[in-house]
Amino acid sequence: MHEMSLTEGVVRILEDQAAAHGFTRVKTVWLEIGELSTVVPESMEFCFGAVAAGNPLTADARLEIIRVPGAAWCMDCSENVPVTSRVDLCPKCGGAKLAVTSGEEMRIKELEVE
Amino acid sequence: MCTVCGCGDAKVEGHPHSHDHGHGHTHDHGHDHDHGHSHDHIHYGHGIAGVHVPGLSQSRIVQIEQDILGHNNDFAGRNRAWLESHGVFALNLVSSPGSGKTTLLCRTAEALKSRFPLAVIEGDQQTSFDADRIRATGIPALQVNTGKGCHLDAHMVESAIARLDIAEDSVLFIENVGNLVCPAAFDLGEAYKVAILSVTEGEDKPLKYPDMFHAASMMILNKIDLLPHTDFDVERCIAYARRVNPEIVVIQLSARTGEGFDEWLAWITEGRRRMAAHRKGQAGS
Repeated sequence: MHEMSLTEGVVRILEDQAAAHGFTRVKTVWLEIGELSTVVPESMEFCFGAVAAGNPLTADARLEIIRVPGAAWCMDCSENVPVTSRVDLCPKCGGAKLAVTSGEEMRIKELEVE
Repeated sequence: MCTVCGCGDAKVEGHPHSHDHGHGHTHDHGHDHDHGHSHDHIHYGHGIAGVHVPGLSQSRIVQIEQDILGHNNDFAGRNRAWLESHGVFALNLVSSPGSGKTTLLCRTAEALKSRFPLAVIEGDQQTSFDADRIRATGIPALQVNTGKGCHLDAHMVESAIARLDIAEDSVLFIENVGNLVCPAAFDLGEAYKVAILSVTEGEDKPLKYPDMFHAASMMILNKIDLLPHTDFDVERCIAYARRVNPEIVVIQLSARTGEGFDEWLAWITEGRRRMAAHRKGQAGS
Protein backbone atom coordinates (compact mmCIF):
# COMPACT_ATOMS: atom_id res chain seq x y z
CA MET A 1 0.00 0.00 0.00
CA HIS A 2 2.77 2.45 0.77
CA GLU A 3 4.00 2.24 -2.82
CA MET A 4 1.36 4.85 -3.55
CA SER A 5 2.82 7.30 -1.05
CA LEU A 6 6.34 6.49 -2.18
CA THR A 7 5.33 7.13 -5.77
CA GLU A 8 3.88 10.46 -4.78
CA GLY A 9 7.19 11.14 -3.07
CA VAL A 10 8.92 10.46 -6.37
CA VAL A 11 6.66 12.90 -8.20
CA ARG A 12 7.26 15.50 -5.52
CA ILE A 13 10.99 15.16 -5.90
CA LEU A 14 10.52 15.54 -9.67
CA GLU A 15 8.60 18.74 -9.08
CA ASP A 16 11.33 20.10 -6.84
CA GLN A 17 13.92 19.13 -9.42
CA ALA A 18 11.89 20.73 -12.21
CA ALA A 19 11.92 23.99 -10.30
CA ALA A 20 15.64 23.69 -9.54
CA HIS A 21 16.80 22.62 -13.00
CA GLY A 22 14.25 24.41 -15.13
CA PHE A 23 12.66 21.53 -17.00
CA THR A 24 8.97 21.15 -17.73
CA ARG A 25 8.57 17.57 -18.83
CA VAL A 26 9.97 14.32 -17.52
CA LYS A 27 10.44 11.65 -20.17
CA THR A 28 12.09 8.87 -18.17
CA VAL A 29 12.70 8.23 -14.50
CA TRP A 30 15.28 5.66 -13.43
CA LEU A 31 14.65 4.28 -9.96
CA GLU A 32 17.04 2.08 -8.05
CA ILE A 33 15.04 -0.35 -5.96
CA GLY A 34 16.95 -2.79 -3.81
CA GLU A 35 15.89 -6.40 -3.59
CA LEU A 36 15.63 -6.08 0.21
CA SER A 37 13.78 -2.76 0.23
CA THR A 38 10.14 -2.62 1.27
CA VAL A 39 9.03 -1.85 -2.27
CA VAL A 40 7.38 -4.16 -4.78
CA PRO A 41 8.52 -2.89 -8.21
CA GLU A 42 5.35 -4.00 -10.02
CA SER A 43 3.26 -2.13 -7.49
CA MET A 44 5.46 0.94 -7.89
CA GLU A 45 4.96 0.81 -11.66
CA PHE A 46 1.22 0.51 -11.25
CA CYS A 47 1.08 3.44 -8.84
CA PHE A 48 3.38 5.55 -10.98
CA GLY A 49 1.03 5.11 -13.92
CA ALA A 50 -1.85 6.38 -11.83
CA VAL A 51 -0.03 9.26 -10.15
CA ALA A 52 2.03 10.49 -13.10
CA ALA A 53 -0.95 10.71 -15.46
CA GLY A 54 -2.53 13.47 -13.43
CA ASN A 55 0.45 15.79 -13.58
CA PRO A 56 1.56 17.74 -16.67
CA LEU A 57 5.17 17.31 -15.61
CA THR A 58 5.01 13.53 -15.59
CA ALA A 59 2.03 12.69 -17.81
CA ASP A 60 4.25 11.12 -20.48
CA ALA A 61 6.97 9.85 -18.19
CA ARG A 62 8.24 6.29 -18.39
CA LEU A 63 9.41 4.51 -15.26
CA GLU A 64 12.52 2.34 -15.44
CA ILE A 65 13.31 0.29 -12.36
CA ILE A 66 16.86 -0.87 -11.77
CA ARG A 67 16.91 -3.78 -9.33
CA VAL A 68 19.84 -3.77 -6.94
CA PRO A 69 20.68 -7.27 -5.70
CA GLY A 70 20.86 -7.92 -1.98
CA ALA A 71 24.17 -8.58 -0.27
CA ALA A 72 25.19 -9.01 3.34
CA TRP A 73 28.35 -9.31 5.39
CA CYS A 74 28.56 -12.67 7.12
CA MET A 75 30.22 -12.15 10.49
CA ASP A 76 31.27 -15.78 10.71
CA CYS A 77 32.68 -16.09 7.17
CA SER A 78 34.03 -12.51 7.20
CA GLU A 79 32.92 -11.94 3.66
CA ASN A 80 30.16 -10.43 1.58
CA VAL A 81 27.55 -12.96 0.46
CA PRO A 82 24.47 -12.67 -1.78
CA VAL A 83 21.06 -12.68 -0.09
CA THR A 84 17.58 -12.35 -1.57
CA SER A 85 15.58 -11.62 1.58
CA ARG A 86 15.99 -10.62 5.19
CA VAL A 87 15.38 -14.14 6.37
CA ASP A 88 18.08 -15.71 4.23
CA LEU A 89 20.86 -17.54 5.96
CA CYS A 90 24.46 -17.30 4.80
CA PRO A 91 24.74 -19.40 1.62
CA LYS A 92 28.24 -20.50 2.70
CA CYS A 93 27.96 -21.37 6.38
CA GLY A 94 24.21 -21.40 6.96
CA GLY A 95 24.58 -18.86 9.78
CA ALA A 96 22.21 -16.00 10.55
CA LYS A 97 24.78 -13.41 11.63
CA LEU A 98 24.35 -11.27 8.56
CA ALA A 99 24.48 -7.49 8.21
CA VAL A 100 22.94 -6.21 5.01
CA THR A 101 25.39 -4.21 2.91
CA SER A 102 23.33 -3.58 -0.19
CA GLY A 103 19.85 -4.09 -1.55
CA GLU A 104 18.02 -1.59 0.66
CA GLU A 105 18.14 1.22 -1.94
CA MET A 106 15.07 3.25 -2.82
CA ARG A 107 16.50 6.06 -4.90
CA ILE A 108 15.79 8.15 -7.94
CA LYS A 109 19.00 7.76 -9.88
CA GLU A 110 18.52 9.97 -12.91
CA LEU A 111 15.98 11.61 -15.15
CA GLU A 112 15.58 12.26 -18.82
CA VAL A 113 13.88 15.63 -19.09
CA GLU A 114 13.11 18.40 -21.48
CA MET B 1 6.49 14.11 4.40
CA CYS B 2 3.77 15.39 2.20
CA THR B 3 4.28 12.52 -0.16
CA VAL B 4 2.22 10.36 2.09
CA CYS B 5 -0.72 12.67 2.38
CA GLY B 6 -1.77 11.68 -1.07
CA CYS B 7 -2.78 8.25 0.08
CA GLY B 8 -5.60 9.57 2.17
CA ASP B 9 -7.12 12.29 4.23
CA ALA B 10 -4.70 12.35 7.10
CA LYS B 11 -5.96 14.36 9.97
CA VAL B 12 -4.36 15.54 13.15
CA GLU B 13 -6.59 16.58 15.97
CA GLY B 14 -6.68 20.20 16.91
CA HIS B 15 -5.82 21.66 13.55
CA PRO B 16 -8.98 22.52 11.69
CA HIS B 17 -7.71 23.94 8.43
CA SER B 18 -6.60 21.97 5.45
CA HIS B 19 -3.11 21.72 4.13
CA ASP B 20 -2.68 21.57 0.45
CA HIS B 21 0.18 19.24 -0.24
CA GLY B 22 1.48 17.45 -3.20
CA HIS B 23 1.85 20.37 -5.55
CA GLY B 24 4.81 21.96 -7.12
CA HIS B 25 6.07 24.31 -4.52
CA THR B 26 8.53 24.21 -1.70
CA HIS B 27 7.03 23.55 1.67
CA ASP B 28 8.03 25.64 4.58
CA HIS B 29 8.02 23.08 7.31
CA GLY B 30 9.75 22.99 10.61
CA HIS B 31 8.24 26.34 11.39
CA ASP B 32 6.56 27.39 14.57
CA HIS B 33 3.16 25.86 14.75
CA ASP B 34 0.65 28.01 16.44
CA HIS B 35 -2.11 25.58 17.02
CA GLY B 36 -4.66 25.22 19.69
CA HIS B 37 -5.44 22.16 21.66
CA SER B 38 -9.01 21.61 20.70
CA HIS B 39 -9.74 18.07 19.72
CA ASP B 40 -11.26 18.35 16.32
CA HIS B 41 -9.31 17.00 13.37
CA ILE B 42 -7.21 18.54 10.67
CA HIS B 43 -7.22 17.21 7.20
CA TYR B 44 -4.10 16.81 5.23
CA GLY B 45 -4.74 17.79 1.68
CA HIS B 46 -3.85 15.47 -1.04
CA GLY B 47 -3.58 15.15 -4.75
CA ILE B 48 -1.00 16.18 -7.23
CA ALA B 49 -1.68 19.42 -8.98
CA GLY B 50 1.53 20.47 -10.63
CA VAL B 51 1.42 23.79 -12.35
CA HIS B 52 4.16 24.06 -14.89
CA VAL B 53 4.31 26.16 -17.98
CA PRO B 54 5.36 24.00 -20.89
CA GLY B 55 8.42 25.28 -22.64
CA LEU B 56 10.53 24.23 -25.56
CA SER B 57 13.80 22.67 -24.63
CA GLN B 58 15.95 19.75 -25.61
CA SER B 59 15.86 16.42 -23.90
CA ARG B 60 18.63 15.94 -21.36
CA ILE B 61 19.64 13.68 -18.51
CA VAL B 62 19.67 14.95 -14.95
CA GLN B 63 21.43 12.82 -12.37
CA ILE B 64 19.86 13.40 -9.01
CA GLU B 65 20.58 10.36 -6.82
CA GLN B 66 17.85 11.22 -4.36
CA ASP B 67 16.47 8.92 -1.74
CA ILE B 68 12.74 8.48 -2.24
CA LEU B 69 12.26 8.68 1.51
CA GLY B 70 14.49 11.75 1.73
CA HIS B 71 11.69 14.13 2.64
CA ASN B 72 10.41 11.85 5.35
CA ASN B 73 13.92 11.38 6.68
CA ASP B 74 14.46 15.15 6.81
CA PHE B 75 11.39 15.54 8.98
CA ALA B 76 12.40 12.55 11.09
CA GLY B 77 15.82 14.11 11.64
CA ARG B 78 14.24 17.33 12.80
CA ASN B 79 11.85 15.47 15.09
CA ARG B 80 14.75 13.54 16.57
CA ALA B 81 16.76 16.70 17.18
CA TRP B 82 13.79 18.38 18.84
CA LEU B 83 13.08 15.35 21.02
CA GLU B 84 16.72 15.04 22.07
CA SER B 85 17.06 18.72 22.88
CA HIS B 86 14.00 18.42 25.13
CA GLY B 87 15.10 15.16 26.72
CA VAL B 88 12.05 13.35 25.37
CA PHE B 89 12.40 9.57 25.05
CA ALA B 90 10.16 8.62 22.11
CA LEU B 91 9.03 5.11 21.22
CA ASN B 92 7.31 4.14 17.98
CA LEU B 93 4.98 1.22 18.74
CA VAL B 94 4.24 -0.96 15.75
CA SER B 95 2.19 -4.12 15.39
CA SER B 96 -0.67 -5.71 13.54
CA PRO B 97 -4.16 -4.59 14.55
CA GLY B 98 -5.40 -6.22 17.74
CA SER B 99 -2.05 -7.03 19.36
CA GLY B 100 -2.99 -4.95 22.40
CA LYS B 101 -0.99 -1.77 21.81
CA THR B 102 -3.55 0.55 23.34
CA THR B 103 -4.18 -1.68 26.34
CA LEU B 104 -0.41 -1.87 26.82
CA LEU B 105 -0.20 1.92 26.66
CA CYS B 106 -3.08 2.46 29.09
CA ARG B 107 -1.51 0.17 31.68
CA THR B 108 1.91 1.74 31.11
CA ALA B 109 0.43 5.22 31.52
CA GLU B 110 -1.26 4.24 34.78
CA ALA B 111 1.97 2.77 36.11
CA LEU B 112 4.27 5.64 35.15
CA LYS B 113 2.20 8.80 35.21
CA SER B 114 3.03 9.64 38.81
CA ARG B 115 6.77 9.20 38.16
CA PHE B 116 7.42 11.39 35.12
CA PRO B 117 5.46 13.18 32.38
CA LEU B 118 4.08 11.14 29.48
CA ALA B 119 2.40 11.94 26.18
CA VAL B 120 0.87 9.81 23.45
CA ILE B 121 0.36 10.23 19.71
CA GLU B 122 -2.25 7.79 18.42
CA GLY B 123 -2.28 6.79 14.77
CA ASP B 124 -5.34 5.15 13.23
CA GLN B 125 -7.09 5.37 9.90
CA GLN B 126 -10.27 6.67 11.52
CA THR B 127 -11.83 7.52 14.89
CA SER B 128 -10.36 8.97 18.06
CA PHE B 129 -11.28 5.93 20.15
CA ASP B 130 -7.68 5.18 21.10
CA ALA B 131 -6.78 8.75 22.07
CA ASP B 132 -9.97 8.85 24.12
CA ARG B 133 -8.88 5.71 25.98
CA ILE B 134 -5.45 7.21 26.69
CA ARG B 135 -6.89 10.55 27.82
CA ALA B 136 -9.10 8.67 30.27
CA THR B 137 -5.88 7.76 32.12
CA GLY B 138 -5.08 11.46 32.50
CA ILE B 139 -2.26 11.52 29.93
CA PRO B 140 -2.23 14.09 27.09
CA ALA B 141 -2.95 12.27 23.83
CA LEU B 142 -3.47 13.41 20.27
CA GLN B 143 -5.17 11.37 17.59
CA VAL B 144 -3.79 11.41 14.06
CA ASN B 145 -6.15 9.93 11.51
CA THR B 146 -4.35 8.85 8.38
CA GLY B 147 -7.51 8.43 6.32
CA LYS B 148 -6.61 5.88 3.68
CA GLY B 149 -2.97 6.01 4.73
CA CYS B 150 -1.39 2.86 6.07
CA HIS B 151 1.27 4.38 8.34
CA LEU B 152 2.31 7.50 10.22
CA ASP B 153 5.02 9.58 8.59
CA ALA B 154 7.48 11.99 10.14
CA HIS B 155 5.61 15.07 8.93
CA MET B 156 2.41 13.97 10.68
CA VAL B 157 4.41 13.38 13.83
CA GLU B 158 6.04 16.80 13.59
CA SER B 159 2.59 18.38 13.41
CA ALA B 160 1.39 16.31 16.34
CA ILE B 161 4.44 17.18 18.45
CA ALA B 162 3.80 20.86 17.79
CA ARG B 163 0.27 20.51 19.11
CA LEU B 164 0.87 18.34 22.15
CA ASP B 165 2.22 19.88 25.31
CA ILE B 166 5.25 17.62 25.64
CA ALA B 167 7.16 18.23 28.85
CA GLU B 168 10.94 18.17 29.08
CA ASP B 169 12.43 14.83 30.14
CA SER B 170 9.19 13.00 29.38
CA VAL B 171 8.34 9.83 27.50
CA LEU B 172 6.44 10.08 24.21
CA PHE B 173 4.67 7.00 22.91
CA ILE B 174 3.75 7.03 19.24
CA GLU B 175 1.22 4.30 18.52
CA ASN B 176 1.49 3.64 14.81
CA VAL B 177 -1.30 2.43 12.55
CA GLY B 178 -1.86 -1.29 13.10
CA ASN B 179 0.12 -2.67 10.17
CA LEU B 180 3.20 -4.86 10.14
CA VAL B 181 4.34 -3.75 6.70
CA CYS B 182 4.39 -0.07 5.81
CA PRO B 183 5.40 1.60 9.11
CA ALA B 184 8.73 -0.25 8.90
CA ALA B 185 9.92 2.07 6.15
CA PHE B 186 9.07 5.37 7.80
CA ASP B 187 11.40 6.80 10.42
CA LEU B 188 9.45 9.15 12.68
CA GLY B 189 12.39 10.44 14.70
CA GLU B 190 11.83 8.00 17.57
CA ALA B 191 14.58 6.61 19.77
CA TYR B 192 13.38 3.05 19.14
CA LYS B 193 10.74 1.11 17.30
CA VAL B 194 9.01 -1.44 19.50
CA ALA B 195 7.18 -4.27 17.73
CA ILE B 196 4.34 -5.85 19.65
CA LEU B 197 3.28 -9.37 18.85
CA SER B 198 0.54 -11.13 20.78
CA VAL B 199 0.61 -14.85 21.43
CA THR B 200 -2.78 -15.23 19.77
CA GLU B 201 -1.03 -14.48 16.48
CA GLY B 202 1.33 -16.84 14.69
CA GLU B 203 4.83 -17.30 16.07
CA ASP B 204 6.11 -17.12 12.51
CA LYS B 205 5.24 -13.45 12.07
CA PRO B 206 8.86 -12.30 12.40
CA LEU B 207 9.64 -14.36 9.29
CA LYS B 208 6.47 -13.34 7.47
CA TYR B 209 7.04 -9.64 8.12
CA PRO B 210 10.82 -9.47 8.42
CA ASP B 211 11.16 -5.76 7.57
CA MET B 212 9.31 -4.76 10.69
CA PHE B 213 11.17 -7.06 13.05
CA HIS B 214 14.41 -5.99 11.42
CA ALA B 215 13.59 -2.30 11.98
CA ALA B 216 12.46 -2.78 15.60
CA SER B 217 14.86 -2.70 18.53
CA MET B 218 12.49 -4.54 20.81
CA MET B 219 9.82 -7.20 20.44
CA ILE B 220 7.13 -7.37 23.10
CA LEU B 221 5.31 -10.67 23.31
CA ASN B 222 1.94 -9.61 24.68
CA LYS B 223 -1.01 -11.56 26.11
CA ILE B 224 1.21 -14.21 27.70
CA ASP B 225 -1.60 -14.89 30.18
CA LEU B 226 -3.27 -16.66 27.24
CA LEU B 227 -0.32 -18.95 26.49
CA PRO B 228 -1.92 -22.02 28.13
CA HIS B 229 -4.78 -21.70 25.63
CA THR B 230 -2.69 -21.38 22.48
CA ASP B 231 -0.14 -23.41 20.53
CA PHE B 232 2.18 -20.41 20.37
CA ASP B 233 5.82 -21.53 20.65
CA VAL B 234 7.63 -18.70 22.47
CA GLU B 235 11.14 -20.05 21.92
CA ARG B 236 10.57 -20.56 18.23
CA CYS B 237 9.12 -17.07 17.87
CA ILE B 238 12.16 -15.53 19.57
CA ALA B 239 14.49 -17.58 17.37
CA TYR B 240 12.67 -16.33 14.26
CA ALA B 241 12.91 -12.74 15.45
CA ARG B 242 16.65 -13.11 16.13
CA ARG B 243 17.08 -14.55 12.66
CA VAL B 244 15.94 -11.29 11.07
CA ASN B 245 17.43 -9.14 13.84
CA PRO B 246 20.12 -10.72 16.03
CA GLU B 247 20.15 -7.67 18.33
CA ILE B 248 16.42 -7.54 19.10
CA VAL B 249 15.49 -7.30 22.79
CA VAL B 250 12.51 -9.44 23.81
CA ILE B 251 10.14 -8.81 26.70
CA GLN B 252 7.24 -11.12 27.51
CA LEU B 253 4.29 -9.58 29.30
CA SER B 254 0.55 -9.38 29.66
CA ALA B 255 -0.97 -5.92 29.40
CA ARG B 256 -4.12 -7.35 30.93
CA THR B 257 -2.70 -8.94 34.08
CA GLY B 258 0.50 -6.92 34.40
CA GLU B 259 2.72 -10.01 34.38
CA GLY B 260 6.18 -9.11 33.07
CA PHE B 261 5.47 -5.42 33.30
CA ASP B 262 8.31 -4.58 35.69
CA GLU B 263 10.91 -5.30 33.02
CA TRP B 264 9.11 -3.13 30.44
CA LEU B 265 8.69 -0.24 32.89
CA ALA B 266 12.33 -0.51 33.95
CA TRP B 267 13.44 -0.37 30.32
CA ILE B 268 11.38 2.76 29.66
CA THR B 269 12.59 4.38 32.87
CA GLU B 270 16.22 3.73 31.97
CA GLY B 271 15.72 5.05 28.42
CA ARG B 272 14.17 8.21 29.76
CA ARG B 273 16.92 8.65 32.33
CA ARG B 274 19.58 8.43 29.63
CA MET B 275 17.76 10.84 27.34
CA ALA B 276 17.30 13.36 30.15
CA ALA B 277 20.98 13.01 31.13
CA HIS B 278 21.93 13.58 27.50
CA ARG B 279 19.87 16.77 27.41
CA LYS B 280 21.45 18.06 30.59
CA GLY B 281 24.89 17.18 29.22
CA GLN B 282 24.15 19.12 26.05
CA ALA B 283 22.74 22.05 27.96
CA GLY B 284 25.83 22.14 30.18
CA SER B 285 28.33 21.96 27.33
